[in-house]
Amino acid sequence: MPKLVSGVLAPVLALLAAIVITSAVVVFVGASPVDFWEVMLSWPSNRSVLTVLNQASMIFLSATAAAIGFRMNLFNIGVEGQYRVASYVAAAFAGGAFLPGALNIVVSILLAMAAGAAWAAIPAILKVTRGVSEVISTIMLNAIAVFVVGYLLSNYAEKAGDGRRTTPVEDDSLLAGFALFEDKDGSLWTLSLMAVLVGLAFWFVINRTRFGFDLRATGMNESAAIASGVSVKKMVVVAMMTSGAVAGLIWLPALFAETTSGNYFSSSVFQANLGFTGIAVALLGRNNPVGMALGALLFAFLGVQSTQLEFAGVDVSNDVVLVTQGVIVLTIVIAYEIVGRWRTAAEQRSVRAALDDRTDKVGVSA
Amino acid sequence: MSTLLSEPTPTAPVDKQERGRRFASIWLIVTVGALAAVSLVRVITGADEIDSRGSVAAAITATCPILLAALGGLWSERAGVVNIGLEGQMILGTWGAAYFTYWYGPWTGIMGAILLGALGGLIHAIATVTFGVDHIVSGVAINLIGLGLAAFLAEAFFADLNSSRGTGGQNKLTGLENPGAITVPGLSDALTDLGEKHWFFISDLASILAALTTRISLVTILVLALVGVTAFVLWRTTFGLRLRSCGENPQAAESLGISVLRYKYVAVIISGGFAGLGGGYLALVSASGFSTGQTNGRGYIGLAAMIFGNWRPGGILLGSGMFGYTDSLRLRDSGTIHALLLLVAIGLAVFAVLALRAANRSRAIVLGVGAVLFLLWFLLTDEVPREFTSMTPYVATLLVLAFAAQRLRMPKADGQIYRKGSAG
Repeated sequence: MPKLVSGVLAPVLALLAAIVITSAVVVFVGASPVDFWEVMLSWPSNRSVLTVLNQASMIFLSATAAAIGFRMNLFNIGVEGQYRVASYVAAAFAGGAFLPGALNIVVSILLAMAAGAAWAAIPAILKVTRGVSEVISTIMLNAIAVFVVGYLLSNYAEKAGDGRRTTPVEDDSLLAGFALFEDKDGSLWTLSLMAVLVGLAFWFVINRTRFGFDLRATGMNESAAIASGVSVKKMVVVAMMTSGAVAGLIWLPALFAETTSGNYFSSSVFQANLGFTGIAVALLGRNNPVGMALGALLFAFLGVQSTQLEFAGVDVSNDVVLVTQGVIVLTIVIAYEIVGRWRTAAEQRSVRAALDDRTDKVGVSA
Repeated sequence: MSTLLSEPTPTAPVDKQERGRRFASIWLIVTVGALAAVSLVRVITGADEIDSRGSVAAAITATCPILLAALGGLWSERAGVVNIGLEGQMILGTWGAAYFTYWYGPWTGIMGAILLGALGGLIHAIATVTFGVDHIVSGVAINLIGLGLAAFLAEAFFADLNSSRGTGGQNKLTGLENPGAITVPGLSDALTDLGEKHWFFISDLASILAALTTRISLVTILVLALVGVTAFVLWRTTFGLRLRSCGENPQAAESLGISVLRYKYVAVIISGGFAGLGGGYLALVSASGFSTGQTNGRGYIGLAAMIFGNWRPGGILLGSGMFGYTDSLRLRDSGTIHALLLLVAIGLAVFAVLALRAANRSRAIVLGVGAVLFLLWFLLTDEVPREFTSMTPYVATLLVLAFAAQRLRMPKADGQIYRKGSAG
């Protein structure tokens, strides 16, 4: 089986399985799966198209952050905590308006990356010096991030309504974005384009640089990498911090966009859970930039469309999308495993056939 | 030569009873010492709420769900399967408990919680054991599915319920019947009275015993029994030995004729059942109904408690108890929490002395400095921010991982993917 076929076959099988399972869940609560898919798969309004693109860009950034770790078998479950801390830092700094206009944005972005990298450095250092599994330490740090940011917010932020928020970013540091349709439909956030840049950079670094080669080599065969002179400990720290730095970017498109609901950090405005969605999309796209971009669009599309269910009168909670997304993650890895097993079996058969062929010929000539 | 061949090391006849007795006496000393320290802090600071009957009862209620998640993790990881999906399985358990309690009564509800959790375990087993999916990946997916499914099913099944058995809503089902509690007559009142005298040590002991004899939920008793059952089954039966062998060296286990995959399946399903029961406990005992987001990361705290407890039931009980106590502190006044800083300082000082006696100077210095810092914190401030107490379980686990990682020993083949027949 050619590689391309198996590369496409697995995602297709996984999506089919996800559709079947989601439909079963919808039927289970007594709703019509036809109505359900009609709404979910209808062409979105202009406004929804923009929302899908903006959401997809944030999910893609999150997926890239996770993929940097995955490429060398590092399970950075901590993207969630890293971007929470980084978003708070960026919002607090940008809200302070220490710098004018665009400079404020640039420095805030750099600070967010530094904060994300610093939060990711904790599990990296624990791993290389104390041998602590990054899975456990990042799960702990995700929870700690929630409390640390909560503490900072309740002590060093301004009161707004019944909650607390950082000072809103001033108008001269907001980006108008690109109104692809009419103005009332909103806009494509300017910083959403960071996803494209990060995607290109990710592809280039992983496939065309010494660092990327070392990273992949460490992930594929650690002892071989060590033998070729790679310092695995250094790679773990660098990869983890790079992953955290990219994670720091995730929420910034929303923070600096003129058309969002709020240009500050508060528990209601901050969009949580993108870290876990990113992990799912990285798995879906096999850590490949093109795959992850498609996956991010798919997940964003499902998420945005599900909000239409209620208006369309389909009696299904939009939480069903979480089920669909979870099922896709499971079925995609299972599908790759099954297709992989088929391929191995097919290769073994073809080798055996070739060998039989040769022994036949040898038998004849003798 | 002769040193190699002769002089067989004199194997001291390890008297099993002797060892057991020594083990028990160490635990007794530690328990009495800890209680004395708590009592001392209480007398010094006057924070009587540290271990009043009410506080201890709240701590027990908060401990049970964490304990169940941790035991669930233990079952699964002892068979070599990492179960990050505990949180999702717990969430499924909260829904199952609510649904079955509403329609069939609380004990069927408990069964329903276990069933739903076990279903989550089954999905995890199919993915990881049969299809060799990475354990973490599958766990992450199950947490997503659990969260989505419970919210989705709640809206579908609970929104229209409204009767004497419970009141439903888009994301809740409250006012459910609870499984019942018992009070030991006479003993309960006597111990409570004694606890309120605030005598050194005696009152503290009385308060704890009073909490255990007053309105204690039947499910709590079941949970505490399950700790013993888990320890017995995993360490004292053939089944348990075989199950643990799958987590240590599955190749060796299979070469001895053990059906590794079947044991892993059983372990992971039981694991999900425990987590589900934990969810059920939250819905029926901790609260009187289901609401979305009820687990609030307790599956992860359970995972932390399991690691904290070094993958052993006794340690898990200790870890869960500690985390449960800090969890219940959210309901206490800030003076009580502040008094605990002194307790932490005393604890660290004791460990520092122990480290010094074991001639581990650097460890002793680190612990000593920690003790001094906590003492200063206690003396220089008046209260502890709430966020800091909520953070305690996670920070404690990180510190234990960082400083005691060498002493922790997880099952040797934990998290590895096992393909049938790879024993060769």
